[in-house]
Amino acid sequence: MQDWPLLTILLLVPLAGVGFVLAVRGEGEIANRNIRYGALWASMVNFALSLLVWVGFDPRNPGFQFVEKRDWFALPGGYTLSYHLGVDGISIFFVLLSTLLTLICVIASWQAITERVREYMIAFLVLEIFMIGTFCALDLVTFYIFFEGVLIPMFLIIGVWGGPRRVYSAFKFFLFTLAGSVLMLLAIFAIYYETKTTNMVELFALVKTKGLDPDLQKWLWLAFFASFAVKVPMWPVHTWLPDAHVEAPTAGSVILAGVLLKMGGYGFIRLSLPLFPDASVFFTPLVYTLSAVAIVYTSLVALAQEDMKKLIAYSSVAHMGYVTIGIFTGTQQGLEGAMIQMLSHGVVSAALFLCVGVVYDREHSRLIAHYGGLVNRMPHYAFVFMVFMLASVGLPGTSGFVGEVLVLIGAFQVNTWVALFVASGMVLGAAYMLWLYRRVIFGKMVKDYLAGILDLSVREKLVFAPLILLVLWMGIYPMSFLNPMSDSIRNLLQGYKQAAALAAPAPVRLVAGE
Amino acid sequence: MADQASILPALPEIFLGVMSMLLLLYGVFRGDSGTRFLSWFAILVLIATAVGVIVLTPPGGHHLLFSDLFITDSFAVFLKVLVLAASALAIAMSIRYNEREGVARFEFPILCMLATLGMMMMVSANNLISLYLGLELQSLALYVVAAFRRDSIKSTEAGLKYFVLGALSSGMLLYGSSMVYGFAGSTGFTELAAHFHQVGGASIGVIVGIVFVVAGLAFKVAAFPFHMWTPDVYEGAPTPVTAFFAAAPKLAAMGLFLRVMVGPFGDLTASWQQIIWLISVGSMILGSLAAINQRNIKRLLAYSSIGHVGFALVGLASGTPEGVRSVLIYMAIYIVMTIGSFCVVLSMQRNGRMVEEISDLAGLSKTHPMMALAMGIFMFSMAGIPPLAGFFGKLYVFLAAIEAGQVALAVIGVLSSVVAAYYYLRIVKVMYFDDTGEVLDRGVGRDMVLIQTVTGVLTALFFLYPGPLLSSADAAVKSLTGG
Repeated sequence: MQDWPLLTILLLVPLAGVGFVLAVRGEGEIANRNIRYGALWASMVNFALSLLVWVGFDPRNPGFQFVEKRDWFALPGGYTLSYHLGVDGISIFFVLLSTLLTLICVIASWQAITERVREYMIAFLVLEIFMIGTFCALDLVTFYIFFEGVLIPMFLIIGVWGGPRRVYSAFKFFLFTLAGSVLMLLAIFAIYYETKTTNMVELFALVKTKGLDPDLQKWLWLAFFASFAVKVPMWPVHTWLPDAHVEAPTAGSVILAGVLLKMGGYGFIRLSLPLFPDASVFFTPLVYTLSAVAIVYTSLVALAQEDMKKLIAYSSVAHMGYVTIGIFTGTQQGLEGAMIQMLSHGVVSAALFLCVGVVYDREHSRLIAHYGGLVNRMPHYAFVFMVFMLASVGLPGTSGFVGEVLVLIGAFQVNTWVALFVASGMVLGAAYMLWLYRRVIFGKMVKDYLAGILDLSVREKLVFAPLILLVLWMGIYPMSFLNPMSDSIRNLLQGYKQAAALAAPAPVRLVAGE
Repeated sequence: MADQASILPALPEIFLGVMSMLLLLYGVFRGDSGTRFLSWFAILVLIATAVGVIVLTPPGGHHLLFSDLFITDSFAVFLKVLVLAASALAIAMSIRYNEREGVARFEFPILCMLATLGMMMMVSANNLISLYLGLELQSLALYVVAAFRRDSIKSTEAGLKYFVLGALSSGMLLYGSSMVYGFAGSTGFTELAAHFHQVGGASIGVIVGIVFVVAGLAFKVAAFPFHMWTPDVYEGAPTPVTAFFAAAPKLAAMGLFLRVMVGPFGDLTASWQQIIWLISVGSMILGSLAAINQRNIKRLLAYSSIGHVGFALVGLASGTPEGVRSVLIYMAIYIVMTIGSFCVVLSMQRNGRMVEEISDLAGLSKTHPMMALAMGIFMFSMAGIPPLAGFFGKLYVFLAAIEAGQVALAVIGVLSSVVAAYYYLRIVKVMYFDDTGEVLDRGVGRDMVLIQTVTGVLTALFFLYPGPLLSSADAAVKSLTGG
């Protein structure tokens, strides 16, 4: 199976879906149904294929697998840029997350989207191509192209199918992210002229032996940081996120929280740490500070929100704060924790947005005050919401717990104060989530207009079932996820520590030797 | 050498010149009723000329003709083919428009042909004199077409404005040339290059001369601070003329710019680099800021073209062969995007009348999905979002800038591209997010749909097969720099 170009097929299946959706003739309900089924099949097949990648993945091999490489075009200086894909224990899970959430988005939008279904499904399938490409790319320029290409479909998704302030939010999203990432492009060029390659595999090998000039590293790190920090997002450049989330259609929020934010974290792990080890060490206090502020500040802000989506959006910023802290601890546990936290957040926040979507579809309001006592009419919904709420809080047995504990362990090893902030964030997180749950679900149903509200439909249950399963699986037996990634992380950190040691003043040795 | 005496490499230009005379005669006898035939025939002639340019240019090296006044090399071929294609497309786009607006005069295609001949002369110039001849032939033809709708005040004003400012810039160019001649003792590019190489520096008189030459050329490519005419002329001129202005002449002038700066003044890079730097930065910033508040789409595209010239000049400001190559790549991609977006603008009609406000595009994605898609592709591409073609243009110029150590230039460039993204997005927003206003006409003609489709596909799928453009730009630069 390893010799099949599976990753390219993963990129082509959504494209075939786009082709099918475009080919569907006519307007009206029948055409829309065909379009929906076309998108469903494409995303389902792609999810199945990504599972195949997981099955065929060898967890004992820390390097890149399913590697494909084809020459693309020449850059000045004689280096040929290549279309170079591959997955390791870190990226494979993001690929799975992307395909799963795209599938779920298609199902979740089945009835919610009635206008311009064709364009909607095309946007999601194109988005899927770019997301998978970002996580599989092994060449900096290819990575950048996929990373940035995401903006086009997402801009349209927010702007066309969004809420009342969609135009403002779409612009803010687009311009913030673009402003962050153009500097990364220049940094990529600088790396190219420094090393004469943009191939990540070659770069990692190169950095392990020689390393980039520490002063240059700092500038490059900052350029990459600008891009990833906006994407993650870190305080104080997070302000686009609540707007984008509130205005985006439900499925847009799901993808945004589930996958797009992870691109930032993935970028830190994949590029910032291994390529600029010295600068990463140097800037760690900055990351810690920003993350700690993000955790405390956005948790407090979340407490004050009246809009459910906005609350979950702020909680996302806080949760991603754990992730960035975990990554920059530079410890095995910290990184594993950050990874699990990202995967968990990908599933949980996506599910929470879907939960909001469920009541929004029925009531067309996202205000917390609009609801209350839903448990009386919607017991199934109350249960589903509870599972994800508790996972978000980090209850043992759910995925959130594993991630947070690992991050805490990692943080304690390097800096107790940071660990303190992480822990305080967990308490605050419990506060705003439980309070949200109480106000929306519990209590007496005093609002008359809610009396007729319906519980989850079969389709909605179908959407939530795999997510609940995943949350519990990750919480109860995280080893299925940790095993494949741990070697890749060790490998990555080994290079990181090696390079950091190389940069540190060398101890005086009596015998010179290799 | 025998082939130096032969006029074979100049045959395409001679052919084009003779054919435009013949067509002029035909037009005089047939009057305006023959315009449609004449236009298509002119397009055929341009295509035939392009084929001739490719076939007749002997491979490798460069060939000098007419006492070294005229040069053909891969650089000239590259630009000529693009110029001819852009002119042919512009004429094709004008036919229906002119007929509809009642200005289908036979002079229009002929003037375009003559302007194209001037452009070919410009990119093949190897002497300040032949440079000026080509430039003036092009400019005079363009002054007339700018005022082509002579009963429209705006068009007349555009023509007059263009003429007055153009004459001023030609004067500056000529003055600069005379300074260079006075201080360096020659007008031939080859001799000038040899002279500066030997002297190893430039006297103050030559520097002043170069400044004037650059000012004249900056006017022709509409770069800051000589851009003032662009928005007015773009808005005032009939739209097909604007489409013509935005593509071919800009390309030819940029080619001339490159040839002059890299050829005769190649050894003085350090002297002119700062000027180009300033022009480039100014154009990028102005192009991105001034377009934000525009309501007229032609004005917006005018400011956007100023910005694009700024981006292209980033390559020249790097002062390296890589930089020159990136300018060529950037301009080639820019031409495709520009022609495509003007084709969309030309398709904007309501009840048979042209409309050109951005708000007229409202809800276009619902009423004309394919047109909106094409325009969306052009706008995202101009904003430089991957994987569209515009991104690769920017990739090459900024790569060249970083290679040359021009980090500040590159940072200013990418940041102004973010600002510029705002107004490109605004057009996408109007087309996709806003509610449909009054519906635009459907069925604007197959030729328009075809041009939109071809340019749209080229822009969107450039990344699949960028090889041909990159390698021909490579060959062009090698022949220019002799590397």
